[in-house]
Amino acid sequence: MPQIIIDGQRIEAAAGATIIEAALLAEKTIPHFCWHPGLSVAGNCRMCLVNVGFPKKSPDGQPEIDSDGNVAIQWGPKLSIACATPVADGMVIDTEGQRTEHAQHAIMEFLLINHPLDCPICDEAGQCKLQEYAFMHSNGKSRFIEQKNHKDKRVPLGPNVLFDGERCISCSRCIRFADEIAKQPALTFVQRGDHVTIQTFPGMEFDSPYSMNVIDICPVGALTSIDFRFHSRVWEMSFTNSVCPGCARGCNVKLGIRDNELQRIEPRTNMHVNEYWMCDAGRLEQYPYVNDNRIIEPSIKGKSSDWKSALESCADILKAYKPSEIMIIGSARGTNEDIHATVKFARETVKTHNIDFLEHRDPIFADEFLRLADRTPNHAGAIALGLRPQDHGVNADNLAQRIAKHQVKVIIAVQEDIVGHPEFGANASSVEHIIAIASNHNATTQNASIVLPASTYAEVEGTFTNIDRRVQLIEPAVTTKENERHMGMKMSRWDKLGAFNDRWTQGERRNSRPTWKILTGISEACGHAMKFTSAEDVFNDIALHNQHFKGMNYASLEENQGLRLDKASEKEAKAVIYVSHVLKPQV
Amino acid sequence: MNIQHNIESERMTFWERIYLPEIGRGLALTFKQMFQPTFTRQYPEEKWIPTGSYRGRPVLVLEEEGERCVACGLCSRVCPALAIEVRAAETDKVKERYPEKFEINMLRCIYCGFCEEVCPEEAIIMSKDYELVFTNPQDAILGKDKLLIPIAQLQDRLEFLRQYR
Repeated sequence: MPQIIIDGQRIEAAAGATIIEAALLAEKTIPHFCWHPGLSVAGNCRMCLVNVGFPKKSPDGQPEIDSDGNVAIQWGPKLSIACATPVADGMVIDTEGQRTEHAQHAIMEFLLINHPLDCPICDEAGQCKLQEYAFMHSNGKSRFIEQKNHKDKRVPLGPNVLFDGERCISCSRCIRFADEIAKQPALTFVQRGDHVTIQTFPGMEFDSPYSMNVIDICPVGALTSIDFRFHSRVWEMSFTNSVCPGCARGCNVKLGIRDNELQRIEPRTNMHVNEYWMCDAGRLEQYPYVNDNRIIEPSIKGKSSDWKSALESCADILKAYKPSEIMIIGSARGTNEDIHATVKFARETVKTHNIDFLEHRDPIFADEFLRLADRTPNHAGAIALGLRPQDHGVNADNLAQRIAKHQVKVIIAVQEDIVGHPEFGANASSVEHIIAIASNHNATTQNASIVLPASTYAEVEGTFTNIDRRVQLIEPAVTTKENERHMGMKMSRWDKLGAFNDRWTQGERRNSRPTWKILTGISEACGHAMKFTSAEDVFNDIALHNQHFKGMNYASLEENQGLRLDKASEKEAKAVIYVSHVLKPQV
Repeated sequence: MNIQHNIESERMTFWERIYLPEIGRGLALTFKQMFQPTFTRQYPEEKWIPTGSYRGRPVLVLEEEGERCVACGLCSRVCPALAIEVRAAETDKVKERYPEKFEINMLRCIYCGFCEEVCPEEAIIMSKDYELVFTNPQDAILGKDKLLIPIAQLQDRLEFLRQYR
């Protein structure tokens, strides 16, 4: 293992690692634009130039000592780029000295020659690497007085990505991403020289299902999201850690919230799951799910109601029927806490064996990278927690027949549109009562006797178990009437200091509750109280009673970026978290 | 007993104690003022027009081709009192961005002028308007309709700012 010295700090680097990688392991970030740990090395931005040298040796092989008594260093004749120079034993690297700084100032001046400096308009402002380095690694002066180059602006590269040629600093991150990660080599440099710009090949468009990642990795605002454009400045949003519920992969994401509305979803680095990436559907499908068409209050037979009477009428319905006539359809879309509460509710409160969940498989959605056919985020959790019929209870396959035979008269549908279901939708509407626990309006909620508004994943604390059986924590980002005083919710400056009469604080507060809380409420109304007061309470109950979850708790899940079922005690190698855009508010 | 006496009535002379000469002097000053030039104004019939250096209500500059503001949100960020709320949207103009909503809550505003100072487009400036009366808190939140002022009316302030650029 080569030993190197970076700014006087002696570190042991992996053999074959480049200087920038070795420095990152020592928690030292060398300024860079084009380098990205998930992509190949291009070495074209020259921002990571560092001063590299080796100890001088006297003819007898001993290190030479200078007049101050230090080891004399033979510095290289020119600077080296840290992203492409492999470390060697004894290497001395200076990332902060005068020579390095001079090079950084020169590179910044060069990159800013043709940059339009339209930060007030640009969506990237506030999370821009160029802005950040102009602040940290530039002398703030330009000798360029000539006319700047004008290039094409607002060019759509694909359905989701808009390109602004003037802002581009030609780092080629997007080109390499398209080639190496998205596997759709659609982008290239054209007109090399000072008119260089990026285009798609003729007749092609960059419509890969992962195309929007280039927006995140673009160090400047050259690539912006068509969907998001100008919705909010980055510093006006609060960012909460969450997990994408779009498929069973469970990509780690950050939810950007402004005025209590979900504005932006972006990937969060987790080397065990999604590395640095996520798919476009994971973003675009979630905005309408969280923001639009939401059920905002409980209702009984279409008339709006309050929680107490809605839960009591649920209990009345459940008491009026035999347990074998009641079917509970849980959901693999819910958190582990929701599923645990559903199972416990079925077994202890209703005492029925009729409990199952529906699979949502979409083979067209799947690909070889992140996207999976299973469109539910918690399938593995539903299996591990036993969301399955017992003793020949009714299951999803024979539900249609049993309804037709009038053996099932009440359906509790958790987060599932059973009336809209192609197989038993027609039958499902003919049962005597449907109790719908749902977050968005659909055919089921229109036919339901009682509708109980459920919080979405953006509003709850909980855990999902992904396809690799990794249990990952999600935190509430959007405020509802139920979680308004939740401890530790991420808040922007406006959220923190807004008063009741400020218009921006008047975003909609939905009267929804997490599913586990709704089921706890019904069981209380039935007189068989499940004593859960918080999501953590439910999870601790799971960890206590379920072998698979043994040894897990919220703190350890957060610390380790999730733990695998049955393997909570096995320590995994901790990965270095690379954050591309550092200046961005990390709240 | 070691007590220090310093009582006003004991310090005063006889003439001071009877007050009458002092009342006479006071009234003399009062009557003298009647014949001096007046400084007070008959507001609101007679109004004071401030100079360009005055920091009144912040307004948005309206040019012939439209507003200057590109909704960058810096004024909103720098505002120490959180008086400003900006929502941006896209246009087809060269400057792709414009404020779809721009509200200043005049009950929060402290007239510090930071918004004017930070504005990269010289789009929000302090006006001479000091007449701010509202009958309910909602009226005090001024939208774009009240904030946009034609550039011709703002020349004094723009010239003043030019001196210090």
